[in-house]
Amino acid sequence: MRLREIAHSRTGDKGNISNISVIAFEPKGYPLLIERVTAERVAAHFAAIATGPVRRYELPNVGALNFVIEGALGGGVTRALTLDAHGKSLSSLMLDLEI
Amino acid sequence: MKTIRVGSGAGYSGDRIEPAVELAEKGGLDYLVFECLAERTIALAQQVKIKDPDAGYDPLLAARMRAVLAVCAKNKVKIVTNMGAANPAAAAEATRAIAGELGLKGLKVAAVTGDDVFAFLHDHDVALDNGKTIAALGNSVISANAYIGVAPIVEALKSGADVVITGRAADPAIFMAPLIVEFGWALDNWTMLGRGVLVGHLLECAGQVTGGYFADPGLKDVVDLARLGFPIGEVSEDGEFVVTKVAGSGGTVTARTVKEQLLYEIHDPKAYLQPDVIADFSEVRVEEIGPDRVRVNGGKGAPKTGLLKTSVGYVDSYVGEGQISYAGPNAIARGRLALEIVRERLALTGVRTTETRFDLIGVDSLHGEARTRDGDPYEVRLRVVGRTDSLAEARRIGEEVETLYTNGPAAGGGAWKSARQVVAVASALISETAVRTAVTMVEA
Repeated sequence: MRLREIAHSRTGDKGNISNISVIAFEPKGYPLLIERVTAERVAAHFAAIATGPVRRYELPNVGALNFVIEGALGGGVTRALTLDAHGKSLSSLMLDLEI
Repeated sequence: MKTIRVGSGAGYSGDRIEPAVELAEKGGLDYLVFECLAERTIALAQQVKIKDPDAGYDPLLAARMRAVLAVCAKNKVKIVTNMGAANPAAAAEATRAIAGELGLKGLKVAAVTGDDVFAFLHDHDVALDNGKTIAALGNSVISANAYIGVAPIVEALKSGADVVITGRAADPAIFMAPLIVEFGWALDNWTMLGRGVLVGHLLECAGQVTGGYFADPGLKDVVDLARLGFPIGEVSEDGEFVVTKVAGSGGTVTARTVKEQLLYEIHDPKAYLQPDVIADFSEVRVEEIGPDRVRVNGGKGAPKTGLLKTSVGYVDSYVGEGQISYAGPNAIARGRLALEIVRERLALTGVRTTETRFDLIGVDSLHGEARTRDGDPYEVRLRVVGRTDSLAEARRIGEEVETLYTNGPAAGGGAWKSARQVVAVASALISETAVRTAVTMVEA
């Protein structure tokens, strides 16, 4: 099963850091997010494009995780050579995670 | 309990204009707020101002003001915006002139200045988050602007301004200032300020909380995105609020759309650093209480740090780019051959680059080759981009892609090239005591 089936996501950018939310569609999906979508798994999933480290924050009231991924934006939004300098599309990469 | 209605008329500089008009006409608003400054906008605006001292504010300011000033005056809706960019005083003067043309005699327009800390940083070398210092960047520095808080905006509104125009201010602050004026929250009431930041945070990207930037057909459907309604915050005196939109407008407000925006551009949800407070979103709750009505509560706050984030814009480098497309059988192989040809040509002709990328759009340009699926796409687009020390050198990159027309693999089409100066932004922290804000008022 891919993460996309139980959660939705949005990416934000600050400098060379991307933050990616992972929000359970239903409350019952949140424990599965806690168990399967660990900082280690996310770091491995993003290894090709981000240097890391990856930090995970938990928001049980809204059934969401927030991942803060350093070194994910090609050196920084305002100077990156990447096609998607803001990393806006990284939420789609997150939702492609096999859980 | 007293409630006020704050609308969000723009989520970025180029945003749609009609949703703001719809809000002004039908939103039952007390305030209409336009957030139009991205990280780099002021640095680019400063370059414009150097050439023309009367310019350097948002290029769409006149169009937005012409669209909403009269209806806002009629419905007694006050406007707050950061469209002043590098020149709030000139933006206020332009707005006054438009108000005059529209016959809005007596309309008061305030300019908030003081965010420009270029001179201060020149005299006090500080460290930047990119590992460099102001001194090391030398003459390449274009601009330095501190993210100011609510105080001068509150002062302008209390002085009777109908329109308040700032330069760099913290995005949530331009939404929170009206709440402080209306509810009389003390500037050390950290819980209320934390909730005020939460209001601003959820509204500041406009359509991103009403169903924009959300749709995924079949999984997350949103109706009528071409007529997306922008959000309204119905804020109570205790800082709790409902996110909604004009009835009949496009889009949707649900717990899901609000949750996505809640975490947008947030790092530690317990510590969202703002000039006026450290906001804490970690225990926020959202609840759907009706169609397109979501109640938000649980925001908290802690004492401010006394430091202001400051964005420093500087000329970083030059970037040259070229693209060309290949289609049909063997398109990927021809694209890859073309990439190798350009790579070799840049070396053969001595183009000096400090960083390059060789991408196939449709295959590996966004997230790398590892994500490529089985099954070839029908078409691919080659993209070569490189960083250089001069514009002339940058142009060579696109030119070497364009010459693929007659020198490269078969049937490349749609070549395109560009070369540009890169203005980058780095951040520093400075003491709030280094920033002196001021309010000036003009009247139509």
